[in-house]
Amino acid sequence: MTPVHILAAAESTGNPLLPALYDIVWSAVCLLIVFLVVWKYVLPAFNKTLDERAERIQGGIEKAEKVQAEADAALAEYQKQLADGRAEAARLRAEAQEEGAQIIADMKAQAHSEADRIIASAQSQIEAERQAAMVQLRSEVGTLATDLASRIVGESLSDDQRAANVVDRFISDLESQSSAQPVKGA
Amino acid sequence: MGTLNAANTMIQAAESGFHAPSMAEFFPAAFLFEGTPFEMNRVMLIRIIATVAVVVLLAVWARRMKLIPSRFQSAMELAMEFVTIGIAEDTMGKEKAKKFMPLIVAIFFGILFWNVTKLIPFLNMPGTGVIGLPIVLTLVVYVTYHWAGIAEKGLGRYLKDSLILPGVPPLMHILLIPIEFITKFVTQPFTLAIRLFANMMVGHLLLVLCFSATSFFLFDAANGFQFFSILTFAGGFFVFLLEMLVVVLQAYIFALLSCVYINAAISDDH
Repeated sequence: MTPVHILAAAESTGNPLLPALYDIVWSAVCLLIVFLVVWKYVLPAFNKTLDERAERIQGGIEKAEKVQAEADAALAEYQKQLADGRAEAARLRAEAQEEGAQIIADMKAQAHSEADRIIASAQSQIEAERQAAMVQLRSEVGTLATDLASRIVGESLSDDQRAANVVDRFISDLESQSSAQPVKGA
Repeated sequence: MGTLNAANTMIQAAESGFHAPSMAEFFPAAFLFEGTPFEMNRVMLIRIIATVAVVVLLAVWARRMKLIPSRFQSAMELAMEFVTIGIAEDTMGKEKAKKFMPLIVAIFFGILFWNVTKLIPFLNMPGTGVIGLPIVLTLVVYVTYHWAGIAEKGLGRYLKDSLILPGVPPLMHILLIPIEFITKFVTQPFTLAIRLFANMMVGHLLLVLCFSATSFFLFDAANGFQFFSILTFAGGFFVFLLEMLVVVLQAYIFALLSCVYINAAISDDH
C-alpha cells in the first residue's frame, strides 16, 4: 500500500515531523512579513476606510434629517402665511363691506338732507308768496271794501232788488278785475 | 473508490516506469545557501512567492481603498470581514478581538496563500506541506495565548483558570488537572500544527499519486490498461476539487482555533 511506501520514503529523508533549521527560518521570515504588512499597513487602512464610511453614512443621515426639518419648517411657514393671507383677505372684505354700507348710508343721509332742503326752500317760497298775497290782498280788500261801500251808499240800500244788483255788479267787476289783473306771483 | 483501486494497480506496476510520490518531494535539493540556516529549495521559494503574492494583493487593496469601493475592493472587504467579524469578533467579542486582529488576519491570509500554491500549475506544492511553517504558526499562537492569559490574569490565576475545572468534586482534580494540562500545553498546539501539515501534505500526495498514475497508465502501461487512466484522472480531478475546499477550510480552522484558544485563555468564564 501507498502509506507504507510513503513512510519508507520518509525514513530515507528523515522524520517529516522534525523541521530543518532553514525550514523554520524561512517560515518565520514569511510569517513575519505577512504579519507586519497586515499589522502596520493593511488593517489600519481597512479600519480607517470603514470608519470614514460609517462617518459618511452617519453624516448623510444627519444631513437628511436636517433637510427634513428645514422642509417641515418651510411647510409650516407657508401654511402660516397662507392662513395669514386668508385672514387678511377676509378682513379686507369685511372692511369693504362696511365701507360700502357707510357710503350708502352717507348717500342716503345726503339725499334726505337735500330733499329736506328742497322741501324747506319750497315751503319758505310758498310762505313768502302767501305773505305777499296776503299783503296785496289786504291792501286791495281795503280799497275794494271802500269802493263797494261808496257804491252801496250811492245807490238806494232799502231797495232789495237794487242792492242785489249792486252786489252782483260788484262781484262781476271783481271777476273782470281779477281776470284783467291776475294775482302777482301766481 | 477509483483512486484506491488505481493505487493498488499502481503499486504492482511500480517496478516499471511508475514513480510513486514520496516524502522526498517535500525536501528537494537546495539551490542556494546550502547547509546554512537560509538554505533555499523549491518549497521555500514557493513559500516566498506566496508571501509576496499575498503581501502585494493586500497592499494594493489597502492602497487603492476608497469610500465607495470598486468590485475588487468590495470582494476583498468581504474576505476581510469574513476574518475580522466572522472568525475573530464572533469568537472573542469585538473588544478582545481588536488586540489580536493583526495576528488572526495574517494567519488566515498567510495560510490561505501558502496552502493554495499546491493547486497552482508549476508551483504544485503547498508551502504548509513541510512541517516548519505549521510549527512556526502554532508556536506564535501558542505563545500568544499563554502570554495573553498571563498578562490578563497573572500567572497564578491563569494556571488555576486553565487547569482547574469549576464545579467538579475535589477528588476528580487528581485526574482532571493532568488532563487539562496536557490539553492546554501539549495537545492543543500539537493538533493545531499537525492538522494543517497533514492535510496539506496528504492532499498533495494524493494529487501527485492520481496524476502520475494517470500519466503512467496513459503512456507507460501495457495495452488494455489505458482505460484505468480515466479512473485515475477522475480521481485526481475529484481530489483537486476537494483540495480547493481544504485549502480554504484549513486556513479557516487554523484561524478559528487560534481565536478559540486565545479567548479561552483570557476569558473569565471557564
